[in-house]
Amino acid sequence: MTTVKFSRGGREKSNPNSNIFWLDSMTDTKAISFIRKDSSLFMIAGICFIGVLWSLFALQYTPATYTSLNMHGGIVLAASLLGIFAVVVKNGDGTPRVDDSEYNDTIIKYGVIATTFWGIVGMLVGVIIALQLAYPEIFYFENFGWTNFGRLRPLHTSAVIFAFGGNALLATSFYVVQRTSRTRLAGDYWPWFVFWGYQLFIVLAATGYLAGITQSKEYAEPEWYVDLWLTIVWVAYLLVFMVTLARRKEPHIYVANWFYLAFIITVAILHVVNNLALPIGLFSAKSYSLYAGVQDAMTQWWYGHNAVGFFLTAGFLAIMYYFIPKRANRPVWSYKLSIVHFWSVIFIYIWAGPHHLHYTALPQWSQTLGMVFSLMLWMPSWGGMINGLMTLSGAWDKLRTDPVLRMLVVSVAFYGMATFEGPLMSVRYVNALSHYTDWTIGHVHSGALGWNGFITFGAIYCLVPWLWKKKELYSLKLVEWHFWLATLGILFYITSMWVSGIMQGLMWRAYNELGFLEYSFVETVSAMHIYYIIRALGGGLYLLGALVMAFNVYQTIKGRGMAESLDTISPTLRKPIMPKAEPARPGQAQPGTAMGAAE
Amino acid sequence: MFMGLQSALERNSFKLLLGIIATVSVGGLFEITPLFYVDNTIEEVEGVRPYSPLELAGRNIYIREGCYVCHSQMVRPLRDEVERYGHYSLAAESMYDRPFQWGSKRTGPDLARVGGKYSDEWHKLHLEDPRAVVPESIMPPYKFLSKTELDTSTIKADLKANQRLGVPYTDEMVELAEQDLLTQLDEFADDYDGFLARYPKAVVREFDGDARKVTEMDAIIAYMQMLGTTVDFDTYEAELTENMR
Repeated sequence: MTTVKFSRGGREKSNPNSNIFWLDSMTDTKAISFIRKDSSLFMIAGICFIGVLWSLFALQYTPATYTSLNMHGGIVLAASLLGIFAVVVKNGDGTPRVDDSEYNDTIIKYGVIATTFWGIVGMLVGVIIALQLAYPEIFYFENFGWTNFGRLRPLHTSAVIFAFGGNALLATSFYVVQRTSRTRLAGDYWPWFVFWGYQLFIVLAATGYLAGITQSKEYAEPEWYVDLWLTIVWVAYLLVFMVTLARRKEPHIYVANWFYLAFIITVAILHVVNNLALPIGLFSAKSYSLYAGVQDAMTQWWYGHNAVGFFLTAGFLAIMYYFIPKRANRPVWSYKLSIVHFWSVIFIYIWAGPHHLHYTALPQWSQTLGMVFSLMLWMPSWGGMINGLMTLSGAWDKLRTDPVLRMLVVSVAFYGMATFEGPLMSVRYVNALSHYTDWTIGHVHSGALGWNGFITFGAIYCLVPWLWKKKELYSLKLVEWHFWLATLGILFYITSMWVSGIMQGLMWRAYNELGFLEYSFVETVSAMHIYYIIRALGGGLYLLGALVMAFNVYQTIKGRGMAESLDTISPTLRKPIMPKAEPARPGQAQPGTAMGAAE
Repeated sequence: MFMGLQSALERNSFKLLLGIIATVSVGGLFEITPLFYVDNTIEEVEGVRPYSPLELAGRNIYIREGCYVCHSQMVRPLRDEVERYGHYSLAAESMYDRPFQWGSKRTGPDLARVGGKYSDEWHKLHLEDPRAVVPESIMPPYKFLSKTELDTSTIKADLKANQRLGVPYTDEMVELAEQDLLTQLDEFADDYDGFLARYPKAVVREFDGDARKVTEMDAIIAYMQMLGTTVDFDTYEAELTENMR
């Protein structure tokens, strides 16, 4: 590969080497080869080998009881053997298989399919547990603990956040970082290690919940060994992303990549700190948290809130910053706003955790800090919303004709709504009413269904024709159907949860004329019945929409309907063409705004 | 100046990474670390003790079944909650909880002070078939707890891990964990007095009413019955400066 040096420092730097710093300077040195060549396969094989050893010991030494690792030992063993098998096959003839002039799009295709699949699984479990609350009698299996709400609910939350959302972030980040850096994804085998390793994490987490293997820390339920595995996968993810960035053929890092990077590194920090625990044995699933009581609560909600802040917000803002400009064919509205809201959103979000612990035994100074920062968070959040919406300046008419763009834009509107509701609910006096009720559940879902769901659907609708080289989606009409089914579903969901949440909160604190509590707890439960039915209906409509999308995606890949193959139109469009590297043109290089997106 | 800084960061992936790490570290450092050394984070109270082996086993079943997704264990200092559930929860009451079980949702009622409010038999009936005793309940059934024998093989390792993390279990407590677990189910056990000395005010009785075997139902009821009962509120002075948080 020819060596091209860029001036990465100040715009008028004369000596291109003066500002080169670690990774960015590794572009064409040998140091980078550790993540690219055969040593990679060796390392992956080594990781798999450790997996085999550990699972064999686990299978051997754990008693057949509830702390059993028997099931997980088997899964890890099978996965490790498959990994070794894959490495042996890949390394078979020793010829290079990678064309550096092509983007690695195959892995993104896998990611898109995984996102669709896990989305449907997660939403299906959501509808099931919603029905369980509405009709406890029809899901009555007194001898099967794994069918109970308590074990299925973490399965639902993890499946939609980490399996659906996580795969969406993996796939889009790998797509976006390649396009905006104009370079192939780094480390030929490592992206695959990240992808399949992440799927293994999902399977271990999900089966663990069903078997009752849980740390009981919300959104961080997987036990210590699954956490360790995710840490390994995540470090590989960070390296793949960083090295790809370092090899970019653009002087600036595009704004979407700032958000992806913030998401990846902060989630790593949160995950490691919150999950520190001492297992009772190397081959036992049970562990005890390093923190206790009030410190554990604070650490958990520092994690929990920032799982929202960095997984579900920063990561998805990155999707917004690529897909909306691209689909609307407009540059990002304001480069300066993106800078201000990026740094302020990541700085302020971290502080907001204690608003989950208002009026608890957490010291009040901490609660107050959490509330104040949550209120401040409103501004940078809306900065992001405004930047996303205003990107449509001059292209608003496309909302009428392009349902995919409409989905992307409505997701940003939901983001704005959820990030207004959040600060409101973080106010202590509002929280006194809303906390522990369904209002929180409604709030979460206006964010998850409206913002994360819609922007992911929009990105999938963009990606499928691009990746599979089709002229258009199979049917835009079905996208319309999906849009309206899902919107109606969200409407049912959040309005029913608002009513039931506020009502339950008011009933708990209602007094009769004699000064006694008006309602017993169970009276407030039976009052929820009708809203739980409406909620399940809303969730069902949303799931139906996702199924429509899956059908549309399938038909598009098959090349049916409007999804005419680009091959038949022009064979030259078949191959992804990576622009030739050009030397940086100091002075001419515009700051990162929409540079990649507008390519 | 800021634009210059931004320009440097967005042109170098490693600097950008460092910038992000520095920015996101501040909040956690300011909010979490003081909780580990500021003295009045946890109140001075009498009576809080580590869980007995049977209670700990019950607590682990509570965690395993995901009870925390519908039941909180945190009474807030609000008039209606104090009247409905009892004295508001203190930080001291969960100082040995690894992990904490404060919860975030009350699909069912708060359980922080459920200990002693209902009979063992009520708990057993309710867990096996919630609607048998509370017709409007939407709780799932846990009949299998009565049928499943409690796994006592790891209890010593459980206590040991807690001890290593700083829970004040003595070596004797760890050594006798399995025996203590059985003693708590038998008022006529040899070491009854020794057990109560180790775990003051622990309730000793046959919780699920079936002395033939030790079941998971025994353990979870033992845990339910001790929740919120340890602090001696007669000696607790909420207005003391060191208890004001």
